[in-house]
Amino acid sequence: MWEIGLAHYLTVSAILFAIGVFGIFANKKNVVIIMMSIELMLLAVTINMVAFSTALQDLVGQIFTLFILTVAAAEAGIGLAIVVVFFRNRGSIEVEDINSLKG
Amino acid sequence: MIHALTFYLFATVGVVAALMVVTSRNPVHSVLWLILAFFNGAGLFVLMGAEFLAMLVVVVYVGAVAVLFLFVVMMLDINMIGLREGLLRYLPIGAAIAIVLAVEVIALFMDWTMAPEAMSLRAAPVPDIAEVTNTEALGNLIYTRYVYLFQIAGLILFVAMVGAIVLTLRVNPQVRRQSIATQISRPKSEILAVEKVRSRGGI
Repeated sequence: MWEIGLAHYLTVSAILFAIGVFGIFANKKNVVIIMMSIELMLLAVTINMVAFSTALQDLVGQIFTLFILTVAAAEAGIGLAIVVVFFRNRGSIEVEDINSLKG
Repeated sequence: MIHALTFYLFATVGVVAALMVVTSRNPVHSVLWLILAFFNGAGLFVLMGAEFLAMLVVVVYVGAVAVLFLFVVMMLDINMIGLREGLLRYLPIGAAIAIVLAVEVIALFMDWTMAPEAMSLRAAPVPDIAEVTNTEALGNLIYTRYVYLFQIAGLILFVAMVGAIVLTLRVNPQVRRQSIATQISRPKSEILAVEKVRSRGGI
């Protein structure tokens, strides 16, 4: 209980990831909250990588966390731009309205 | 003891903040809870000894990404009551999938053992913290062995920036802009007219 090891950090990251998955399912109406859920999942992944980096005392995990942060920032920027353009064209960001591709 | 208490504080507040992100009624509140979750994630990074990444999470996630979310949420005029209608319909299956996923992954992690040769296969062992700080050690690696990946990361950010600008740029036809190509390619016949002016008559 008072000895914090690798498993504790991995548990936190697993719970955060599961909350992100839950957020994608629960918010079928708002694309922005779905993107926030994706950010939560990315945060869980970064915690996971840093936990393994600390457990193994290997710096490469932290370097790849840096690249995950880069990709997350790029993804958020592009995704929010797409949301803004979509809202401008259709006046709504509900997931059910995003059906132009008939997917 | 103090390490454990700090860990439980950051972990509990982080998980509660993450739950509030996905369940809160107002998207602006969601963004604010997201900021809290990122701060607690940064706290966990400090506990694990990754100080540089902790500061990076605060600067990049809280300072840039979360503020971007806040701008977009406040700019889009969405009625919040209508947006929450579908919550109850998808709540059971979403909760079931999330709980199954969490239980599976946690069960996997609880039984985790490192391979015996894992310690000898490390790519870049952490140097002694008394001699080289975390930031310095990361810099020594990023600017030598991972310099190409670092450059590509910058390129990805650049492409994302260009893409976001191209997507959201709106050309307003009301605004008159200078077009140098049109200016210098006008033929003389369109601009210049030579009139024969009668003496004392005017045009």
